[in-house]
Amino acid sequence: MAERSFEISRLPGFATIAIAAFALLYLPIFTLVIYSFNASNSVAVWGGFSLHWYADAWANQAVKDATVRSLVIGASAAVLATTLATLAALGTTRRKAFKGQTFIYVMINQPLMVPEVVTAVALLIFFGIIKVATGYQGLGYLIAAHTAFCIPFAYLPIRARLESMDLALETAAADLYASPWQTFRRVTLPLLAPGIMAGAMLAFVISLDDVVITEFVKSGGQDTLPTYMLGQLRRAFTPEVNAISTMLLGVTVVLLTAFFLLTRKKD
Amino acid sequence: MSPAEQNAVRQSARNGWLLSVPALVVLALAASGPLLIVVYYSFLTANDTGGVIRQFSLEGWRGIFLTYDIFDEEYRLADAHLTIFWRSVWLSLTTTLVTFAVGFPTAWFIATRPAQQRAMWLFLITIPFWTNLLIRTFAINEVIRNEGILNTALIWLGVIDRPLQIVYTETAVLIGMAYVYLPLMVLPLYATIERFDMRLLEASYDLYASRWRTLRRVILPIVKPGIIAGSILVFVPSLGAYVTPRVLGGGKKMMIGNFIELQFLQGKNWPLGAALSVTLLIIVMGALLIYVRVANRDRSSDHG
Repeated sequence: MAERSFEISRLPGFATIAIAAFALLYLPIFTLVIYSFNASNSVAVWGGFSLHWYADAWANQAVKDATVRSLVIGASAAVLATTLATLAALGTTRRKAFKGQTFIYVMINQPLMVPEVVTAVALLIFFGIIKVATGYQGLGYLIAAHTAFCIPFAYLPIRARLESMDLALETAAADLYASPWQTFRRVTLPLLAPGIMAGAMLAFVISLDDVVITEFVKSGGQDTLPTYMLGQLRRAFTPEVNAISTMLLGVTVVLLTAFFLLTRKKD
Repeated sequence: MSPAEQNAVRQSARNGWLLSVPALVVLALAASGPLLIVVYYSFLTANDTGGVIRQFSLEGWRGIFLTYDIFDEEYRLADAHLTIFWRSVWLSLTTTLVTFAVGFPTAWFIATRPAQQRAMWLFLITIPFWTNLLIRTFAINEVIRNEGILNTALIWLGVIDRPLQIVYTETAVLIGMAYVYLPLMVLPLYATIERFDMRLLEASYDLYASRWRTLRRVILPIVKPGIIAGSILVFVPSLGAYVTPRVLGGGKKMMIGNFIELQFLQGKNWPLGAALSVTLLIIVMGALLIYVRVANRDRSSDHG
C-alpha cells in the first residue's frame, strides 16, 4: 500500500487518541504491579526489586484470613449461582415464549440495574433483622448476597451457549429411546459444559471483586480481601496493598483468559 | 391447535417456571425483595442510636432537601445536601462526556482494525473492565497522588516544584471515574461501529463531504444507539459510585453513594438514607427506561 493512500475509514487523530487511551488504561495498572516489587519503604522511590511486600502480606494473619474468606465465599457463590443460573437458562430458552418470561428476565438481570449501594443498604437492613431474629452471624449472609448478584453473570454465557446449540442432537437421542434424563445427562450437559464453566468463572471473578455489598453486609471480623484493602486506606498506604492487588489481578487475568478460550467461537 | 399441542405448550411453560424458580427465590430474598424494605423504612421515624422507630413519618423524605433549624424552629434548604446532589450529577455527566470523547475514537480504532487483530484489542479493553474496581482505583491513585508517578515525573522534569494536589479534589474523582468506567463506553460503541457499513463513508466522500461533515452527518447518527447505550452504562454506575469517590475524594468530596452510607453507618439517620436510596433507584430506573425506549425505537425503525 502506498504510504499516502486515502484510507476510507481513517479519521484524523482517532488512532492517536485510541493508542493514548490504551496507554492510559494500562499505565496505572503497570505502575501498581511494578511498585509491588519495590524494595523501598517509600512508595515514591524505587529501591530495587524485592518480594518483601509479598512476604509481608503472606505473613499477615489478617490477609490470610481475608484470602481464605474471599475464596470460600467466591467458590460457594460461584457454584450456587451457576447451578441456579443453569436451571433458569434451561427454563427460559429453547421453548415457546410463555407468560411471565419477561418477568423472569427482569428478575435475573435486576442486580445489573440497581445501583450496588442501594442493594447494599437493602441487605444491611434485611439481614440485620434476620441476624437479630435468629442470632446467626455466619458467612451465610455474604454467600447469599454474592450468589444473588452473581446469577446474571453466570446466566448470560450459559444462555448464549444454549441458544447456539443444535436441538437436532437431543431430538436424535430421544428418537433412539434415551429417556429425558439420559438425553440431558449424556447430550445436553456435555454440550453445555463450556458455557457453564464460563459462567462459573465470571461469577467467581465478580464475587472476588465485590466491595460495596460485602462492606455493608459483613459482620465484625468478616473482611474479604477487597474490604480489607479498603480498610487499609485509613492508615498509611503501604506497598503491601499493591502486592495483594497484584495477586488478585493475576487471578482475574488467568480466569478471564480461560473464559475467552472457552467461549471463543470455533471457526 | 389440538388439545394435545395445547397441553404440550402448557407443560413447557410450567417447566420453564419450575426451572427458574430456585434462582428467582434467591434473587427475591437477597436482591429484589429487600428493596421493598428500604421503601418502607424511608417512611419511618429515625432512632438516634441507629435503626428506626416503627412510626410513620415523612422526615426522611423531607430531609433530602430540607433541614430543621432548631433555633429558628423552621425548615431550611439543606445546602450541604444540594451540594452533594449537584456534585454527583455534574461529575457523572462530565464522566460520561470524557469517556465518550476518549471512547469513541478508541472504539472506532478497534472496529477498523483487520479482523484478526480486533479480538486482541477488545481483550485489552476487557481486562481492565473485569479487573476489580478497587484495584483500578488504587492504581489511578498511585499515579495522581502527591508522591505518585505523575507528580514525581513533573517535579523531576522541573515543570513544577511542589506536588499538584489532585487527590481529594473533584478532579481526582472525575479522573478516577473516567478511568474505571471507560471500558463501559468503548464496548457498546464498538458493537455498533462494527456493524457500520463503511461503504457509506465512500458515498459521503464521493459527494464531497469533508471528514468532519461525514462524522457529524453520517457516522454519528448511525451509531447513536451505541452512544446512548454507552452513555447510560457509564452514567448509571457513576451516579451510584461509592468506591471511587471514597478513595479519591477522601471523604471530603462525597457523592450520593457515600452520603447514603454515611446515614446508615455513621449518621444514624436510616429513614433519610432509605429515602436517598429510593431516590437514586428511581433516577437510575428512569435513565434505563429511556434507554430501553430509544433502543426499541431504533430497532423498529430499522425494520420500517
